[in-house]
Amino acid sequence: MKRLLGRQPLGLLFSSPYLAFVILVFAFPIVYAVWISFHDFFFAAPGAEPDRPFVGLDNYVYAFTNDQVLRSFANVGVFLVINVPLTVVLSLLLASALNRAVHARTFLRVSYYVPYVTASVAVVAVWLFLFSGSGLVNTILGPLAPDPSWLINEQLAMPVIALYVTWKQLGFYILLYLAALQNVPKELYESAATDGAGRIRQFFAVTVPGVRPATLLVLLISTVTGANLFTEPYLLTAGGGPNGASTSPVLMMYQLGIQQGQPDVAAAIGIVLVIGVLVIAFIQNRFVGERES
Amino acid sequence: MTRRGAVLRYVVLFAGAIVFLFPFYYMVIGSLQKETDPTLAGAFPNPANLTLDNYVNVNERIDLVSGLVNSGIFTGGVLLGTVVFGVLAGYALAMLQWRGRNATFALALLVQVIPFQLLQIPLYVLIARDYGLSDTHLGMILPFLINSTAVIIFRQYFLQLPKELFEAARIDGAGELRLLWSVALPLVRPALVTAVLLTFIGPWNEFLWPFLITKDASMQPLAVSLANYISTVAASTDNPFGAILAGAVVLAAPVVVLFIVFQRYFVSSDLGSGVKG
Repeated sequence: MKRLLGRQPLGLLFSSPYLAFVILVFAFPIVYAVWISFHDFFFAAPGAEPDRPFVGLDNYVYAFTNDQVLRSFANVGVFLVINVPLTVVLSLLLASALNRAVHARTFLRVSYYVPYVTASVAVVAVWLFLFSGSGLVNTILGPLAPDPSWLINEQLAMPVIALYVTWKQLGFYILLYLAALQNVPKELYESAATDGAGRIRQFFAVTVPGVRPATLLVLLISTVTGANLFTEPYLLTAGGGPNGASTSPVLMMYQLGIQQGQPDVAAAIGIVLVIGVLVIAFIQNRFVGERES
Repeated sequence: MTRRGAVLRYVVLFAGAIVFLFPFYYMVIGSLQKETDPTLAGAFPNPANLTLDNYVNVNERIDLVSGLVNSGIFTGGVLLGTVVFGVLAGYALAMLQWRGRNATFALALLVQVIPFQLLQIPLYVLIARDYGLSDTHLGMILPFLINSTAVIIFRQYFLQLPKELFEAARIDGAGELRLLWSVALPLVRPALVTAVLLTFIGPWNEFLWPFLITKDASMQPLAVSLANYISTVAASTDNPFGAILAGAVVLAAPVVVLFIVFQRYFVSSDLGSGVKG
């Protein structure tokens, strides 16, 4: 018994609810998603067991010959190109400034984290108000206000969403960078200073390499968050408008899979999306991750 | 030079704070205005234009109390699941030697990077269709029942406790449950607060999942009913933004207040360890 289960088999008993949860909510559904994407799957009444033939790649072909689906992937590409670099630069800058600040640290910290802890549905409401046609942003801009206005402009809708998400999530990344900055040895700054490096040189020569593991984490998490985009286009641009200029793959999964009853097509989109995220994560890890030396 | 640098630093830091806080201030002001005023003057309170009517209006369209109760049950269920089962798993991962311990820990790390978009369709098929749990609190809670980040935070804190304490108590004949309850838990109270806070914001703010599985308005958490209000009926109210913002304040307030009260538990070291594993 001890040999089979270890010295304290009670640990397995204590962990069994968590293990059951992971199997039920993560492991099985992932396998199921792959299965659904290769079969002709449709919603059936509970208890009914309809025939669900294997259809090979049909769902994938159907999904990726659909212009709207392709557009949603292009949109999320635009989103990531704006959101990810902006997130890394702004959160590192604010975190290092905050790390050196002596006064008002608590106030500053709390104000940076507040958007992150608040429901997106609630803050989206204010952004709708701020960026509406006659909203405060356009009032301040006066004649410089874009026409058509931000959220109903095909060129601007996605960038505004990317900006919104950057603002909303930034506090979390500042938190990660603050933790990482504690691990950068003080002596490195001192020796850089004796070598005559100014503050800016120190930032690039000591801080940036020192927080590289955190940068990788920020890149990965912001990419995954971006690929998960749903609430913002659903609410800010009334379901991915104008003309599909701000749809996201997850929004398409909802519209095709649940509203239009094609869960098999939606599962195929989900799997391609996850593979895409994994590829980007692999590239990020390759170029930013720890280097063996 | 250093002095100028310091001044510049605070200018940047406070400019950042204004950018982060202004929308919240504007949310509250907007929710109190009789007529929404998108001009610059509208950003300052004008006693002649203040009212609580927006809160009454939004409450007529979406039942705020029932929304808050549903959000509360959803969040409470997740908190209960996380505290009971998460603490047990965290304790087993940190304190006990058993086969599968390392694999279980690896699983807890892995779960955090699995994107929900992949799970959305199969979970919907399973929970809403196969198990018939749509429009139930259980169906809402199930995918979030145990927060894996919290499990990792618990483990991290239990690991820091002195082993001798536990060896001594075991020799005295204390069982593991008793050790967990009366020795370990009292020592990790800060971790408990951090994990509860972190777990709280998940379900309270979650939109996509409860949106997918609740169609019955009386079962919807506030985030879902407010989102439906924003996307459908807002146009038919005479001051739609006022009413929307009033709803937004009601949704945001509990988390913001909790966060400000317990902000000192929301610090980088605790969460950093949880996220990095």
